[in-house]
Amino acid sequence: MSTAAEHPTYNYKVVRQFAIMTVVWGIVGMAVGVLIASQLVWPALNFDTPWLTFGRIRPLHTNAVIFAFGGCALFATSYYVVQRTSQTRLISDKLAAFTFWGWQLVILSAAITLPLGLTSSKEYAELEWPIDLLITVVWVAYAIVFLGTVKMRKTSHIYVGNWFYMGFILTVAVLHIVNSAAMPVTLFKSYSVYPGAVDAMVQWWYGHNAVGFFLTAGFLGMMYYFVPKQAERPIYSYRLSVVHFWALIATYMWAGGHHLHYTSLPDFAQTLGMVMSLILLAPSWGGMINGMMTLSGAWHKLRTDPILRFLVVSLSFYGMSTFEGPMMAIKTVNALSHYTDWTIGHVHAGALGWVAMISIGAVYHMIPKLWGKTQMASVGLINTHFWLATIGTVMYICAMWVNGILQGLMWRAVNEDGTLTYSFVEALEASHPGYVVRALGGAFFLAGMLLMAYNVWQTVRKGSTAPVADASAQTA
Amino acid sequence: MSAFWNIWVWSITLVVILGCTWLLLATRKGESHKEATEETLGHTFDGIEEYDNPLPGWWFQMFIATIIFGIAYLGLYGLANVKGFYGWSSAGQYEEEMAHAEEVYKPVFAKYAAMSVEDLQAQPDGLKIGQRMFANNCSLCHGATGAGAHGFPNLTDGDWLYGGAPATIKQTITNGRQGAMPAWGPVLGEEGVRDVTSYVLSLSGAEHDAEMAARGQQQFQALCTACHGADGKGLQALGAPNLTDNVWLYGSSFEQISHTIRTGRNGVMPAHKDLLSDDKITLITAYVYSLSNK
Repeated sequence: MSTAAEHPTYNYKVVRQFAIMTVVWGIVGMAVGVLIASQLVWPALNFDTPWLTFGRIRPLHTNAVIFAFGGCALFATSYYVVQRTSQTRLISDKLAAFTFWGWQLVILSAAITLPLGLTSSKEYAELEWPIDLLITVVWVAYAIVFLGTVKMRKTSHIYVGNWFYMGFILTVAVLHIVNSAAMPVTLFKSYSVYPGAVDAMVQWWYGHNAVGFFLTAGFLGMMYYFVPKQAERPIYSYRLSVVHFWALIATYMWAGGHHLHYTSLPDFAQTLGMVMSLILLAPSWGGMINGMMTLSGAWHKLRTDPILRFLVVSLSFYGMSTFEGPMMAIKTVNALSHYTDWTIGHVHAGALGWVAMISIGAVYHMIPKLWGKTQMASVGLINTHFWLATIGTVMYICAMWVNGILQGLMWRAVNEDGTLTYSFVEALEASHPGYVVRALGGAFFLAGMLLMAYNVWQTVRKGSTAPVADASAQTA
Repeated sequence: MSAFWNIWVWSITLVVILGCTWLLLATRKGESHKEATEETLGHTFDGIEEYDNPLPGWWFQMFIATIIFGIAYLGLYGLANVKGFYGWSSAGQYEEEMAHAEEVYKPVFAKYAAMSVEDLQAQPDGLKIGQRMFANNCSLCHGATGAGAHGFPNLTDGDWLYGGAPATIKQTITNGRQGAMPAWGPVLGEEGVRDVTSYVLSLSGAEHDAEMAARGQQQFQALCTACHGADGKGLQALGAPNLTDNVWLYGSSFEQISHTIRTGRNGVMPAHKDLLSDDKITLITAYVYSLSNK
């Protein structure tokens, strides 16, 4: 392993560890995703075992891609970015190492307990209370390392990317602690402290802000470093970043009620959830505009640089899904879209198109620098990965749009006698082709991740084998 | 909602919305350039600079538009204890839609309300409505064709647990049924269970061990006849199945029958009187009746 490019004052070890695990957990999480997508096409794929039933491994998929893949990408990039933009080493190597091993232990515990059927039953917060406690400890250590490093910065200002990372770290701590508050009964069973509709509201306040802060604010922090760095252009507008940062974190907090339209949640909370979701459109797009406009004057680089393609396309999907979200929060639209596959498609436009693509771009940017190489072993493979990921994402979300609107319309169709035109199973049958396309799209995306693993392995082991002529795309 | 929470909700809402508005307007006002510029703020972070560009005009306008829409929407639909201008509530919307449905669809059902189940057999449109309601309410257990499944009776074969007369079918749908077969394992012992199983098999002429069946017959006469009758032909008043006709709800193998005797069975047909109106239940009854009375 070469350490030629290692900056004498930066802790790259923990960044390397998290970067590698980003790829590993990405493959694991997405492979489970492809399996459950295939189970919806061929139900026999649970092999009649309780541990592989959809209900148990769907949370394994969501936890693996959000908290294992996404989480490792956030740890890796935030540690990388905060050191480089603050020009200082992480304040504690030991605490940083603790966050790495602690987080891997959390993921391992999830991978064991979820297939065993141990769950708090709260979506995206399924892990039982002992694991929740471990998450809390690791997260506090993360906050100390990150905030402490920002405090020790050698620059006068805090870089905008780091505001977003700090907003993400602090808010996720609050969300996790409040939503996971539970009364333990045994080592593996606990009950939420909140009753009924309050529990539902707390759950979706958490759930929506997990999207808002874990999957949006954190990854905007990533965007604010890797897009200008890869494009070698200044950030388009500092003022825009100030306004959209504060507006984003203020309004996201109140939007969760839109997950509970037309339920026993009080009407005003539903109304407020919808209004705040609509006001959220402009703050969300602020990040997309700032990223896209940063490329002005550098668009030609897209022809030669597949890493920049990943970053730009991720911003396009981000813009699309943050437009779609407020629209789906409108009560009348939600009446059609709620409980259908449209929601799944919306989530994956964000998860595959935005979160995964920007992480992949960031990891491709970092890997050569972390191991002292000039560039990735194969730029061609990055390009192939880009097309597999883009085609996979488009197939996935188109299939879910078609299915979602189909289901919404079939469920609400009534005959002239007021009876429902279709039974549930008829709508399910009609969704079958969409499920096939979805599984195929997921397989495309997963195939790209496997290429990435190979490319990363080659880069770390052997170094660059690509001709120097390609290197222009990679210098940074 | 108490006055405190009312003020709490309003305060937070207004602080967030007006705070965003202030930030937006203040930033817009403080812009040092109104047109695109190449000037930066002078900081560099790992080589990254930031331009001092103004907020994009269309983005600023879109932000203002959503804020105006949001405030107007809160005025029209209400927040916390303040009723909106429209006086809307989700419960009110539900009642309105239900009243509308009642008004539109009542005549459709009223046409059939006076008819008997037998008369309805000659009303294809009425049976069609019954079939649609069956598809959405009954097919989950009884299957799309009404042919049943393991533990769920077949409605097409003319074999009835509680009776197939129209009034009985309607009674079953309206009030539901509880089919309770007690567990005889503790009473009979394992050998007894196997003996009685052999006797039950003999009742429908299935292959069986004659010696065991003879011993089982004595136990059957002592324990089972109260419900299934001395001849094993069952009792519809209790929902006790006929054991001689080779129709099996829980399977006909030696293992399946002995399991039924050993641990008992609890069949539940849910009551629909709170879910469907009497008119609708009548049409479903007519459809179910038609399945075995072609």
